[in-house]
Amino acid sequence: MSKRIELKSLDVYYKAFLAVEDVSMVIEPKAITAFIGPSGCGKSTLIRTLNRMHEVIPGARVEGQLLMDGEDVYGPDVDPVRVRRQVGMVFQRPNPFPTMSIKDNVLSGYKLNNSRMSKAEAEEITEKALVGANLWNEVKDRLEKPGSGLSGGQQQRLCIARAIAVEPDVILMDEPTSALDPISTAAIEDLAVELKEHFTVVIVTHNMQQASRISDMTAFFNIAGSGLPGKLIEYDKTEKVFSNPTEQQTEDYVSGRFG
Amino acid sequence: MTTQLNSSFRGTQDLPKWLSPTLLVSFFLASFGLQVLLASDSDSAEINFIPVAVFGLLSFTLALYVISRVIEGVRKATDRLVTIMVSTAFSLALIPLLSLAYTVVTKGVARFDAEFFTFSMRNVVGEGGGALHAIIGTVEITGIATLISVPIGIMAAIYLVEYGRGTVARLVTFFVDVMTGVPSIVAGLFAYALFVIFFGPGVRMGLGGAIALSLLMIPVVIRATEEMLKIVPNELREAAYALGVPKWLTVLKVVLPTSLAGIATGIMIAIARVIGETAPLLLIAGFTASMNYNPLDERMMTLPVFVYTSYANQGVDMQAYLDRAWAGALTLMLIVMVLNLVARLISKYFSPKG
Ligand SMILES: Nc1ncnc2c1ncn2[C@@H]1O[C@H](COP(=O)(O)OP(=O)(O)O)[C@@H](O)[C@H]1O
Ligand SMILES: [Mg+2]
Repeated sequence: MSKRIELKSLDVYYKAFLAVEDVSMVIEPKAITAFIGPSGCGKSTLIRTLNRMHEVIPGARVEGQLLMDGEDVYGPDVDPVRVRRQVGMVFQRPNPFPTMSIKDNVLSGYKLNNSRMSKAEAEEITEKALVGANLWNEVKDRLEKPGSGLSGGQQQRLCIARAIAVEPDVILMDEPTSALDPISTAAIEDLAVELKEHFTVVIVTHNMQQASRISDMTAFFNIAGSGLPGKLIEYDKTEKVFSNPTEQQTEDYVSGRFG
Repeated sequence: MTTQLNSSFRGTQDLPKWLSPTLLVSFFLASFGLQVLLASDSDSAEINFIPVAVFGLLSFTLALYVISRVIEGVRKATDRLVTIMVSTAFSLALIPLLSLAYTVVTKGVARFDAEFFTFSMRNVVGEGGGALHAIIGTVEITGIATLISVPIGIMAAIYLVEYGRGTVARLVTFFVDVMTGVPSIVAGLFAYALFVIFFGPGVRMGLGGAIALSLLMIPVVIRATEEMLKIVPNELREAAYALGVPKWLTVLKVVLPTSLAGIATGIMIAIARVIGETAPLLLIAGFTASMNYNPLDERMMTLPVFVYTSYANQGVDMQAYLDRAWAGALTLMLIVMVLNLVARLISKYFSPKG
């Protein structure tokens, strides 16, 4: 399953500070959407509103509407915990659970929620998720070893396996490769392209080559100055944004003239 | 000019490695010899080791500094001087510790025998007898105190770190700070006053001692747990949230296991801190020469109180009482040592591996 996400004039606040202003866009299912833009323009802030991770920070709130397949994510009866079960997230720095084995990390979405499953089921889910994250061959002989013993790139793929093991509809990745070496980065990029077969993928990246290589749609954000809110400047097909952008700011940014 | 530049990269020659220890030993021996000479000159045959050490150290420092300054230069000479100062400070700090351990062990072994661990003091006057009643009392009272303090302390810390915001959290923090400074005798008095309400004046009960000790333990457990919870990276909490795990399960299954080793160590240290408390137990648990396994009834002996009463109420056969006091002290020290070892093992086996 893969869901279509619709943002309708979304404002995001930290207490009184308006961090992202008036974003409206439609994120297509079974595609990769890249968020690009200079540091501090609110990419992380915005992507975290998509699974209500934003509200983990005290004083953080959202105004406007966020629909997922037409359903209001910020509706009055919506349980953020249920939202997050359908919208998985991969963070900038790999964060496998240090107390768990590789296998338990993959199953953590189930185990932490106390769901019961048979041994065969557990093995099936583990293998499927690790194969899906292109990590199976590297770790299949040491599933019981701690996840923190893996390399940075492997850890990040373990985090992706953990996210896809619970079969979400959407996968959010906030600069998933910025802490990784080029080879691990390439592995994650390949993986992202495979993931879009099944999921809606949203990826924040600092790396414009990465955005142009893997994404179908690109959203460019910018801020006018520090203390001012970030805004969506341009959102279009990736080829269009990189070859023939409408806005001057986008042109300057993608051609490397600032940012 | 070029030769000068080249040579400026080359350091001065180092002193040979063996020189400094050799100097140290020879100067201390010389200092000792001097004292022996002086002592044989005068009438007192005693040799005082303090001047030996002071004189030996000073002359060694001076000699090494001068030699190093001449051969190695100012920078390395200063380095050696500071090294000597730091090592001296370290040794000074170590002396009372070693001396204490030595005293307790040498005086304690006299009665550190099977009888000491199998008999109480019932009907014992003079020699013999043991501290089994006190050991049982200490184990039961600190055990109960731990059972009370650990859940309360851990839950309070979880509240403070994971949930607490605003006035209530500030208030709890404030009271924890105040409680950390409560003198143990006050905790004892409080427990006594509390039990008088229910059982009337003159009440003596092991449970009261446990309550008094837990008053002292709780703030220590809260503080230790708080520190450990705070260092669990926020990323791990977010990782769990992002998997759709509710907050309470995240705390229970991610935050606590990650910090378990540190918390366990903190608990062990808290136990070690209260196990030697005497004053509050003297007040509320009282003292007795007999076995009492029941913490809910009557007086209960504990090791610190055993040491105190053995020393304070010496019988005719003074040495027997003193020996028992020291053996009790040795037992207490060994228990604390074992607790510390256990804490280390726990932190070794429970820390996240990787
Ligand atoms: N936890 C927070 N509390 C308050 N302000 C924040 C917080 N996190 C980010 N911000 C602010 O929000 C703005 C956008 O930040 P962020 O979303 O991290 O940008 P990006 O990911 O694009 O670099 C910045 O001005 C930043 O200072
Ligand atoms: Mg960011």
